Amino acid sequence: MMSVKKKGVLGDLKESLIQKIFQTSGLLAIIVLLGIFALLLYTAIPAFREVSLKEFLTSSRWDPTSPEKPEYGLLSMLASTIMVTLGALLIAFPVGVAVAAYLSDVASPRVREIVKPVVELLAAIPSVVVGFIGITLVGPMIAKIFNLSHGLTALNGSLLLAIMALPTIISISEDSLNAVPISFVEASLALGANRWQTLVRVKIPAALSGIIASLMLGMGRAIGETMTVLMATGNARAFPQGFLQSVRTLTANIAIELGEVPYYTTHYYALFAIGLVLFIMTFFVNLTADVILEKQKRKLQ
Amino acid sequence: MTSSVKKSRKNLKSQLAQFTGFLFLRLAVYSVLFILLYFFYDIGHQGYQAISWEFISQVPKRGMTEGGIFPAIVGTFLVTLITAIFAVPLGMAAAIYLNEYARAGRLTRLIRLSIRNLAGVPSIVYGLFGVILFVNMLKFGTSVLSAGLTLGLLTLPWTITASEEALKSVPDSYREGALALGATKWQMIRTNVLPYSIPGMLTGAVLGLARAAGETAPIMFTGAAFYLPFLPRSLKDQFMALPYHLYIMATQHHAIDKARPLAYGTALVLIVFVVLFNLGAILLRARLRKKWRH
Repeated sequence: MMSVKKKGVLGDLKESLIQKIFQTSGLLAIIVLLGIFALLLYTAIPAFREVSLKEFLTSSRWDPTSPEKPEYGLLSMLASTIMVTLGALLIAFPVGVAVAAYLSDVASPRVREIVKPVVELLAAIPSVVVGFIGITLVGPMIAKIFNLSHGLTALNGSLLLAIMALPTIISISEDSLNAVPISFVEASLALGANRWQTLVRVKIPAALSGIIASLMLGMGRAIGETMTVLMATGNARAFPQGFLQSVRTLTANIAIELGEVPYYTTHYYALFAIGLVLFIMTFFVNLTADVILEKQKRKLQ
Repeated sequence: MTSSVKKSRKNLKSQLAQFTGFLFLRLAVYSVLFILLYFFYDIGHQGYQAISWEFISQVPKRGMTEGGIFPAIVGTFLVTLITAIFAVPLGMAAAIYLNEYARAGRLTRLIRLSIRNLAGVPSIVYGLFGVILFVNMLKFGTSVLSAGLTLGLLTLPWTITASEEALKSVPDSYREGALALGATKWQMIRTNVLPYSIPGMLTGAVLGLARAAGETAPIMFTGAAFYLPFLPRSLKDQFMALPYHLYIMATQHHAIDKARPLAYGTALVLIVFVVLFNLGAILLRARLRKKWRH
C-alpha cells in the first residue's frame, strides 16, 4: 500500500511536470512576439541619439552613407511600400473575391477539388521565385507595353504582390462566404432572386466583414514581402512618382543595406528602426483583421 | 398582359446579369489558373535545359557561370533539418497545451492572438531578430545554426496551427474513454490522442518546412553565403542555400546573362522541391492514416 501511494505522488509530480512543459511551449508564442518587439526596439533606439524621430519619420531623404551629411528619412520608402501594396490590392482584391465567390457558389465539387489545391500551390511558390519571374517575364512585358528601358517598376512589384496576396484573400473570403447561414440563401431564392442576385445582394453583404479581413491580411502580406519587391521594383531611392518608376520599399531597403553596413553604427541601428516600423505596421493591420474575424465568428454563432 | 411582358423583360435582364456575373467569376478563376500554369511552364521549359547530373552534383565553377548547385541543395537540406528539429517538437507541444490543457480564458486568448500575429510578422523582421538574438547575443555567428533557428521561429505559428487542427480532429469520446478507465491526462494524450493526430501533425509540419526551405529574407543575414565551394562542416559554418543562390544568380552576379540559364535551373529545382514536399505531405498523411487505422 505504501508503494501504491508513493507511486501516486510520483505520478502526480510527473503529470504536473509534463503539463508545465507543454504550458511553457504554449507561452513561447507570447514570449517570441514580445521578444521580437523588445529586441527591435532595443536595437533601434541608439539610432535616435544622432537622428531625431521627427527627421526619421517625416524626411524623404535617405542617404546614410553620405560623407558630408548622412540623412535618415524613411518617408520615400514608406510611400513606396504603401503605393506598391495598394496597387497589389487593387488587382488582387476583386480577382480574389471573384475566385472565392466562384468556389463557394458556382463551382461543382469536382472543379473545386482542382482549383483549391492550385491556389494552395500558388501560396507555396517561394517569394524569390516570384521575384525571378518578375525579372525574366513580367518586367520585360511591362517594358514592352509601356515602351520603357526596363520593367523593374512599382507596377511590376504590384502585379507580383497581387499574385502573392491572392491565396490569402481567396481562402479567407471563401471561408466567410461559406459561413453565411444557408437560411439566408434559401430565403433569398424563395423570394424569387436568382443565384447571382443572391450572391451579390445577400451573401457578399453578409460575409463582408470577413472579406474585409481577407483584404487586411493580404495587405499585411504585401507590406512585409521582401524578396519579390527587392528583385522586381528596381530599388531607386527617390520619392515615388508613379507606377512606371523604380521604387524602393522599406523591406527592400533593409535587405539591400544590412549586408554592407558596419555593425553598431547609426546606419545599422536605423535599419532596425525601419524593421520596427514594419513590425508595428503589420502588427496593427493583422490585429485589425483578427478583431474583425473574431467579431464575425461570434455574430454567426 | 403588359405587366407580364414587363415581368418577363425584367426576368430576362436579371438572367443576363447572372450570366455576365458568373462569366466574370469564371474569367477570374481562369486567369489565376493560366498565370500559375504559365509561370510553371516558363520556369520548367527554361530550367529544364540547364538541368543535368552535373548541375545537381557539382559545385559552382568559373565564378558561378558553370558547374552546379550541389552545395546549395545540401545547405538548404541542412538548414531545414535544423528548423525541423527546433520547430516541430515545440509546435506540437504548444498545440497539445492549447488543445488538451488550456482552459478558455485571458491567457489562452492571448497565446492564440500571439500565434496569429506571429504568422503575420514579415520574414525580413524575423531575419533582423535572428541577427540580434542568434548571431550577436547568443554568439552563434552567421551560421547554419542561426539561420535554422531563425527559420524555426518563422515556422512555429504554422506548425502550432497545423498540429492543433490535427488534435481537434480526434473525437472527444476517445479522450473520455481513456479518462473513464482511470488514465491520467498524459496517459490519455499518449495512448488515445497522439496516435490519431500524429499523421496530421506531421503533414502540417512538412508543409511548413517546405515554406521555410524556400525563404530567403530570414537567412540572408543569419548564415547564407554568397559562394562556398565546400559543404558546412559544423553548425557554426556558413552555408549556401537554394533560394539565396537564386537571388544572387538573378541580381548580384557579375555576368547576369551568362548566369541566366543556371538561375532558371536553380528556380526549377526549388519549385520541384516545393511541389515534392507538398506531394510528400499528402502521401504521408494518406499512408499514416491507413497505418493507424489498423
